[in-house]
Amino acid sequence: MMRNRIIAGAAAAAATALVLAGCTSGGTDTDDATDGGDGELTPVTLQLQWLTQAQFGGYYLAQANGYWEDLGLDVEIIPGAVDIVPQDVLAAGDVDFAIAWVPKALASIEAGANITNIAQIFERSGTLQVAWADSGIEGPADLSNKQVGSWGFGNEWELFAGLTEANASGYTIVQQNFDMNALLNREIDAAQAMTYNEYAQLLEAVNPETGELYQPEDFSVIDWNEVGTSMLQDAIWANTERLESDEEYADTAVKLIQGAILGWIDQRDDPQAAADAVTAAGSTLGTSHQLWMANEINKLIWPSTDGIGHINEIAWDATVEMALGTKNQDGAQVITTDPPDTAYTNEYVDQALENLEADGVDILGADYEPIEVTLEEGGN
Amino acid sequence: MTTTTPATRRARRWRAVLWGVLGLVALAAVWELYKLVGPADGWLIGAREGVTGSGIRLLPRTSDQAMPHTWEMLARAATPVTRAPGALPLGVVVLLAALVSLGIAALGWLVGVVVGFALALLMLGFRIAERAVLPFVILSQTVPLIALAPLIRNWGSRLEFGAFSWESWMSVVIIASYLAFFPVAVGALRGLQSPEAADLDLMRSYAAGWWTTLFRLRLPASVPFLIPALRLAAANAVVGTVVAEISVGFSGGIGRLILETAVAASSDPAKPWSPILGAVLLGLVAAGFVALLAAFLSPFRRQETAA
Repeated sequence: MMRNRIIAGAAAAAATALVLAGCTSGGTDTDDATDGGDGELTPVTLQLQWLTQAQFGGYYLAQANGYWEDLGLDVEIIPGAVDIVPQDVLAAGDVDFAIAWVPKALASIEAGANITNIAQIFERSGTLQVAWADSGIEGPADLSNKQVGSWGFGNEWELFAGLTEANASGYTIVQQNFDMNALLNREIDAAQAMTYNEYAQLLEAVNPETGELYQPEDFSVIDWNEVGTSMLQDAIWANTERLESDEEYADTAVKLIQGAILGWIDQRDDPQAAADAVTAAGSTLGTSHQLWMANEINKLIWPSTDGIGHINEIAWDATVEMALGTKNQDGAQVITTDPPDTAYTNEYVDQALENLEADGVDILGADYEPIEVTLEEGGN
Repeated sequence: MTTTTPATRRARRWRAVLWGVLGLVALAAVWELYKLVGPADGWLIGAREGVTGSGIRLLPRTSDQAMPHTWEMLARAATPVTRAPGALPLGVVVLLAALVSLGIAALGWLVGVVVGFALALLMLGFRIAERAVLPFVILSQTVPLIALAPLIRNWGSRLEFGAFSWESWMSVVIIASYLAFFPVAVGALRGLQSPEAADLDLMRSYAAGWWTTLFRLRLPASVPFLIPALRLAAANAVVGTVVAEISVGFSGGIGRLILETAVAASSDPAKPWSPILGAVLLGLVAAGFVALLAAFLSPFRRQETAA
């Protein structure tokens, strides 16, 4: 019995130690956040829409290279998760700024979220619908009577806009997983894929027939930018009410955009640095996959037509029009009425761009050229 | 009680360890055996020619993508997680994440046990409380976790007083404890109410008060009910922690690692298995802690021999 007590005592001590370990490992974030600001810096929180990865490389570079700190901001980047809806977290007042796709945010605005797009970081859409090259699927019209994979949850609108425009019919929408196994196993005919993530997953997988990695020739790709039903994606959103009433917050918005743009320019000039920065921030994605993502994200931003972040009115109106006119498989629409005028503004991003241009920063990247990334097996 | 020498006791312990290891080996053998004999593309019934995705799958696929070899999983766990300089082996990353999750699950378990026990005492003390609270205790477990998780995160983030600010790990602890308190509340109440009327009458005849009856009679009597309840609570706390991490966005734990490595399922199929096995290990360690706790509680476990 004595022995049992000793063991139990040791167990209790071990448990306590673990509990404490849990506390400290969780608590370090706070320490960093509070120690980082020496009283001078304005604390700012930025909510991402997914886990730490090169999709958000510009923000991590802005932080790592001290661009925000130079502008007087202490930005805490909060990675997303499965049940985190960034624009709703923002509307609830839990964070200061958030990254979200435009159609998803439009739906939240119609549901009552008082938020404003202050910088359209991604100019192009990264969403594809990928099928096997031998499937005969070349465009959205060919998706008729097919099993079509989609993630849903607001990620499906470009697909439905394309299906609607092509008058496709008889298709079945299949809920898609995080991986591409459904397409590889031919359980679905076409899978949704982001150029910077899931498409790379395909090219990192071994073709059991050849023993080599799958090649781009093995697949046929529907690019919504080419079809003409692309919608605006990653943008920085702010709280509308605070923009109007809180001068300091409006000033912070300009600085946040300005620092972020510098980070995105660093990613443009050195995608490897972006991949390294997100890996250092805790991403466990494979090294070649991460670099591929950094490079593909660059293609969505650069070259920039009006200066990175400037919201192009024509593209905005096109997204709104499609959001009004597209129904998904459940007959739901993104929005039913025009969004309010406060849904976007170029006031802050133009100010940031002006400041940067005055410093001689290249905000267009007119001579941007993507690099060649060789994907390794498993993205490693 | 039979007399045992330290030598036989030691032998018995080794035998237990041996059986545990054998169990693991057997599990791996079953996996490999099915992989060997099972059809590579699984078994479908009702599939129609030329219609993608038709039919109902009765047997899972055995391809390397769906079921990597056990040794491939081990080899993957031993290789660095990324090619970044200084990257730790995947297995080490998994163990570190499991340790973080274990700490959170332990906290959640502790909170759950305290709250569950307090509720049981309240329900024991006041009949009306039992009638009022018990239905809600049961109802609480029917709320789906995915509905609850964002709410807790949302409410938590509004809490702020002085230097205290809500951290995402606290939301995870709350969700873990929310799942953990239920078996304790129900089990402890059963246990505390388990003494027979004759025993309670005896205490009354000693003029023992409510508290004395509680400490001398009800608490020891509740131990046999409490131990399985604590074990269930530990399992629930682990599940709650893993799910909540995925749901509310807490990074550093095993749940987040499961989510992060899931994207490698097509191209690096052995990778996502590492954190899944880590989560299993986490559950085993948690169960082990409760077993130790049970050993500590067993002296209090007085059982009446039937006359």
